[in-house]
Amino acid sequence: MKILVTDFDHVVHEVTAEADWPIMEAIRSAGLPIKAECGGCCLCATCHVYVDDAWVGKIQAMDDEEEMMLGEAPQVRPSSRLSCQMRMAPELDGLVLSLAPTY
Amino acid sequence: MHDSIIETDALIIGAGPVGLFAVFELGLLDLKCHLVDVLDKPGGQCIEFYPEKPIYDIPGLPECTGQSLIENLQRQILPFEPEFHLGQLVSQLVQRPDGRWDVTTDAGTQFNAGVVIVAAGSGCFTPRRPPIDKIEAFEGRSVFYAVRRIEAMRGRRLVISGGGDSALDWTLNLARVAERVTLVHRRDQFRAAPDSVRKMHELVADGTIDFVLGECRALEGADGNLSSVQVATNEGAELRLPADCFLPFFGLTMKLGPIADWGLNLDENRIAVDTEAFETSVPGIFAIGDINTYPGKLKLILSGFHEGALMAQKAFRILRPEKRLLFQYTTTSTQLQKKLKTA
Ligand SMILES: Cc1cc2nc3c(=O)[nH]c(=O)nc-3n(C[C@H](O)[C@H](O)[C@H](O)COP(=O)(O)OP(=O)(O)OC[C@H]3O[C@@H](n4cnc5c(N)ncnc54)[C@H](O)[C@@H]3O)c2cc1C
Ligand code: FES
Repeated sequence: MKILVTDFDHVVHEVTAEADWPIMEAIRSAGLPIKAECGGCCLCATCHVYVDDAWVGKIQAMDDEEEMMLGEAPQVRPSSRLSCQMRMAPELDGLVLSLAPTY
Repeated sequence: MHDSIIETDALIIGAGPVGLFAVFELGLLDLKCHLVDVLDKPGGQCIEFYPEKPIYDIPGLPECTGQSLIENLQRQILPFEPEFHLGQLVSQLVQRPDGRWDVTTDAGTQFNAGVVIVAAGSGCFTPRRPPIDKIEAFEGRSVFYAVRRIEAMRGRRLVISGGGDSALDWTLNLARVAERVTLVHRRDQFRAAPDSVRKMHELVADGTIDFVLGECRALEGADGNLSSVQVATNEGAELRLPADCFLPFFGLTMKLGPIADWGLNLDENRIAVDTEAFETSVPGIFAIGDINTYPGKLKLILSGFHEGALMAQKAFRILRPEKRLLFQYTTTSTQLQKKLKTA
């Protein structure tokens, strides 16, 4: 499966993702500059991404923990998510997102 | 300031799990250790990032938490009487003509060590800097990531930002001395002790402090002195809060820090070592745990423990060249058991 990731220089990268992988891991293993300092433990908010509006409704909803931690990221928008808390699934094949600011 | 220099066999930089266990391996060989960490408590990532999360891959411990692992390591090394110097950053490392090392911290503590063990993880924990233009120009004068003296804030107009325990604790503490405290956070929910949240809301209700739902976007002022903080509120308005100091509390991140200046061979911010003794390109300086790199490196606590054991053998040969090194098991050696004070 693929996801399309726009980096901070507005370059779009096609990234391979396996089912059930945290999206953050897919982005990181493609060598893109995502900090993800806590390694996916929902403790740092440095894996912040903006999900393309067309995809926002298709992704599993946020749980409390993610919502709370997302509060620590800068420039949060309605489409903001923590990429370590989203898992790849068949219905997300082709997902479009961009890297977002972090502290 | 200390005017006396502390003499030690080994100086360990970083009191994470790997630095702590190194005390044990060096201690079995009768080598005395001092440890320095910028954090105010031992434990490194285990304590700072995941004290309550479970760890499943420590051999012989089917499950433990970050916190319990660190507590047990501290107990395990107690017989060797390690000395901790916390809340200090190791800033300087210089070799003497006799081969020993002069090590200095930012608090002025000085060590003279036979060997130096860098167990610095991904670097020293430093506060996260918010992405605000030119914030560097204000740091140290009117932007602070920690409060060293409450008195310095007396009579000042403060803007505090963040949603964790530090932001709330300082809001409550500084409300008593400051001219005015404004807390800025994007949500009305906090990752903090419920009691602090309740107290904060009480202070807002009785008009002692202000709480703004929004995000700090820009700083205004001249020569490092702040005049106001610009806030984008959640409703989409722009506020200009008059302020003398801005205190952002967005947690900690790890930065390599002064280690980059010590002349060690680095490979993508990791210290290159050999896998026989985990010694760096500079003889007498070792690097163990997350901070080092070598072919096949895994950033696991388990690997850091192994690295510490091998490092100790070489450190012994440097520090006690006249002595023979005997290989012994803690199970059967009464000599080792005496050191561990179990015999
Ligand atoms: C969320 C999470 C879960 C994890 N789970 C596991 C797991 O299940 N199993 C596992 O094996 N590993 C796990 N890890 C990795 C493990 O935590 C690290 O491998 C381990 O902490 C490395 O230990 P260390 O002692 O090398 O460094 P650290 O724990 O990073 O400690 C280094 C210390 O050195 C200090 N320091 C650095 N530079 C200086 C300086 N110049 N002066 C003073 N002090 C300095 C730092 O402040 C820090 O306290 C996990 C990590 C995270 C983030
Ligand atoms: S990687 Fe830290 S919150 Fe996602």
